[in-house]
Amino acid sequence: MREYDVVVIGGGPAGLAACICVKEKGIDSVLILERENQLGGILNQCIHNGFGLHTFKEELTGPEYAKRFIDRAEELSIEYKLNTTVTDISTDKIVSYMNSTEGFVQIKAGAIILAMGCRERPRGALNIPGLRPAGIYSAGTAQRLVNMDGFMPGREVVILGSGDIGLIMARRMTLEGAKVNVVAEIMPYSGGLKRNIVQCLDDFNIPLKLSHTVVKIEGKERVEGVVLAKVDENLLPIAGSEEHYSCDTLLLSVGLIPENEISKSTGITLSNITNGPVVNDSFETSIPGIFACGNVLHVHDLVDFVCEEAKAAGKHAVKYLKTSKNVGAFDIKIKTSNGVRYTVPQFINPEDMDDKVVIRFRVANIYKDMYESIYVDDRRVIHKKRQILAPGEMETLNIKKSDVAGASSVLVTLEEN
Amino acid sequence: MEVKTLTCIRCPMGCLMSVHVENNKVVSVSGNTCKRGDTYAKKEVTDPVRTVTSTIKVSGGDIAQVSCKTSTDVKKDRVMDVMRALKGVKTTAPVSIGDVLIKDVAGTGVDIIATKDIRKINRK
Amino acid sequence: MRDIIIIGAGVSGTACARELSRYKLDILVVESREDVCCGTSKANSAIVHAGFDAKTDSLMAKLNVIGNAMMDKLCKELDIKFQRNGSLVACYSENDIEKLEELKNRGIANGVNGLRIVYKDELNKMEQNISEKAVAALYAPSGGIICPFDLNIGMAENAASNGVEFIFDCEVKKINKGDSFYELETSMGILKSKLVINAAGVYADVFHNMVSSKKIHITPRRGVYCLLDKSVGNHVKSTCFSLPDEVYGKGVLVTPTVDGNLLVGPTATDIADKEDTATTAKEIKELIKKANINVKNIPIKQVITSFAGLRAHEDAGDFIVEEVEDAPGFIDCAGIESPGLTSSPAIGVRVANIVKGILKPKENENFIGIRKGVLNPDNLSIEERNKLIKEYPAYGNIVCRCETVSEGEIIDAIRRPLGAKTLDGIKRRTRAGAGRCQAGFCTPRSIEILSRELNLPQSKISKCGGKSTLIVEAIKDSL
Repeated sequence: MREYDVVVIGGGPAGLAACICVKEKGIDSVLILERENQLGGILNQCIHNGFGLHTFKEELTGPEYAKRFIDRAEELSIEYKLNTTVTDISTDKIVSYMNSTEGFVQIKAGAIILAMGCRERPRGALNIPGLRPAGIYSAGTAQRLVNMDGFMPGREVVILGSGDIGLIMARRMTLEGAKVNVVAEIMPYSGGLKRNIVQCLDDFNIPLKLSHTVVKIEGKERVEGVVLAKVDENLLPIAGSEEHYSCDTLLLSVGLIPENEISKSTGITLSNITNGPVVNDSFETSIPGIFACGNVLHVHDLVDFVCEEAKAAGKHAVKYLKTSKNVGAFDIKIKTSNGVRYTVPQFINPEDMDDKVVIRFRVANIYKDMYESIYVDDRRVIHKKRQILAPGEMETLNIKKSDVAGASSVLVTLEEN
Repeated sequence: MEVKTLTCIRCPMGCLMSVHVENNKVVSVSGNTCKRGDTYAKKEVTDPVRTVTSTIKVSGGDIAQVSCKTSTDVKKDRVMDVMRALKGVKTTAPVSIGDVLIKDVAGTGVDIIATKDIRKINRK
Repeated sequence: MRDIIIIGAGVSGTACARELSRYKLDILVVESREDVCCGTSKANSAIVHAGFDAKTDSLMAKLNVIGNAMMDKLCKELDIKFQRNGSLVACYSENDIEKLEELKNRGIANGVNGLRIVYKDELNKMEQNISEKAVAALYAPSGGIICPFDLNIGMAENAASNGVEFIFDCEVKKINKGDSFYELETSMGILKSKLVINAAGVYADVFHNMVSSKKIHITPRRGVYCLLDKSVGNHVKSTCFSLPDEVYGKGVLVTPTVDGNLLVGPTATDIADKEDTATTAKEIKELIKKANINVKNIPIKQVITSFAGLRAHEDAGDFIVEEVEDAPGFIDCAGIESPGLTSSPAIGVRVANIVKGILKPKENENFIGIRKGVLNPDNLSIEERNKLIKEYPAYGNIVCRCETVSEGEIIDAIRRPLGAKTLDGIKRRTRAGAGRCQAGFCTPRSIEILSRELNLPQSKISKCGGKSTLIVEAIKDSL
């Protein structure tokens, strides 16, 4: 059985950034396994611009952003396999994969970095009543058809969900010749960036209907129309508020879920809030030597943060290999309260942690003029004013090792003052 | 005097701003919370611009479509003209990031450049 | 002039086709849709009923029990997954145990073996998630689960391999009685046949009434289902029914499927439109409420799709599988509602016997009853799998991530007899697109493979035939 020091599952931005870090730290025996026919992951179909402002201080398109990492990986002669599907990871870090040239292969890894990204929540999760005609696509599938294959999935479109992919696709479909009639969002606010609402919807006079959802899909063979209705505080449709929209296509942009099918079968502990692995400040999962980063860990808003996180995961994987022991114990579970939905990492280890650890989290609602606070035991060590907090944006706080020395509890919370 | 309303895109606050315009000059901006809103509003009202991205067909490459963008921003009201100018345009592999695919697209003075490398392959 | 035309390529029609392919007969199956298994047969509970439910001495009861008994051998011959997971009918009050006894006795009278009443303690051991209110249940070890697509497609392919012809997208508009033959006016012209087998599901009454003065009437009874993710497929082991109850009415069943999902359903709404397979919010709500009566903690958030099927309920409430009295040579398979899937092999045999009596055909000595399903590499050893991939590299390309379906399997599904022509056709033959992402990832790839294999432009590839195409034009065409 072939052995590698580090095997990275997924060759998108997270996998590339993690692997580059590992190789730069002097670990030569690395391998990236990628299921698509090119490196770069979902960035390849995100042809719009707006990536990289944090990292590169310029606005890049998805493929351009990916290229920077792919070039670096090539420079470092990182080994990778394309069109390769990982079918299993065992707790003793044997990775099984399959492709058409080698067949079914097993390799042994010193450490594994999970970077499989996320997938879209499908229609089923919404249980929209009606028929099941052709013309219902997730926004990402439509994005792939349009941007990679050059095909239009429809001419007249309704979009359910105002997450960024939905908004981006409203613009894309319009630019490429379709008519987008409306974007409906069940929540009273959009999960997408303001910039996207303005530049993807307002620019093209596409209405955004907040607190609305699709209550019926019409059309036996191909979508012929949908019925939207307003929803109440409990997100249930209000009778009498139904409005009919004709369309041949319904795009769904109703959320992303970390893709942890393999992690699950390996027995890695997952968080039921993030749907990603539970990790400590070393990005190590519940199985020693298996690390996770990027959207497989929790869904990010910016690829820059994905890459930052992936780099940190890579660094800790190297540390694990060099010390060949569990790099960080699961000592203190970071508690959350008052609108903080989760944190990543979920655990922190005051003994072994880096001098500074980034705590990323998301909030449950829109909040104005609140403070983000971290309490260590009963001591408030961070108190940061935020004019606005929104569920669609990831928040970050840096916690110092000196702050948590000897601590027995850590709490991340929102406060009014 | 004309009053235009717009949403600020500089942060998630999304301030709803009123911009008073006279002779295509911004007289005042209200509704913004910070300076960034003011700057954005002035630019957006007097000279709104956008980057246009799309794809065009490429033959003989490892991938059938090459993604592309305007080399700099174009005036917002020219966006659809740029798109129409891309209709039917084809290129051949290899393509490198930054290659000019169309010069002076739709008379905007801006070029369309590739945003992806496409390798040439010899098809069977 | 054909010997036999079978109207409808659902389970009944294809069961008849396969049985009749044992004889030297010129048989044509005419299907209005683009593929086999597109009507009533595709959307049901996917279970093999034990046979205690139907009224004793009814044709339903008889064919159910015979069909159930035929299933093991048939599934082996046709390479179809089938599992006898047992079924439970639970009741929620001591008083109702008496009704369970009645049901048991009816089952015994129908010829069902192994029935027994299990009481709370044993029941809880058998099914951890059975309702806490359940006091006892009728246990039927012969109850089973099967994939309806698999059974339908398996019988059709085997019939085709044995010489039965199929035409699709061919709608029968009118049937004229000739002098010892029938003339079918179809969307593809006139077809003539000595015998006609009417296996048209919810439309069987329409065709029957074209040739007979003794009218029958079929009501489409819509049943809504929710299919849950494989991660919760083991929520129950047996197929769990509720005893009809004064408080809760007729319940719904909760069952694992043979492919490892959890299935909940059906509701029952009588409708007029024979095409109306739309789910409604009301029915989905009712379904979820009822499912929670017999099984607790149903992880309803794990629903991956909901759908509705139509049961062909005839007014008299029984199957009609016979030669029509005033239309000699016209054989009905009408009113085939639940347990139609279970009964289908028995329906095939019954119809074949009727045909034998009329046409006295010779045996087809070339008949081969064995069919190989789409090769599933998961069932191979690593060595065998690698040999396969070496020979056919497409088996190494995973197209559907959720169900781990390779390009090789999809190509097999397209190239085999009566192969897949649409995305749904691929889904029913390989499960590509049947998983938790519901074809999000694999749709573009499947379109590409279909286009290549069928030599059609991608804009002609459809979800399920007709106007259900997936791509309308190239980008910028409308600019």
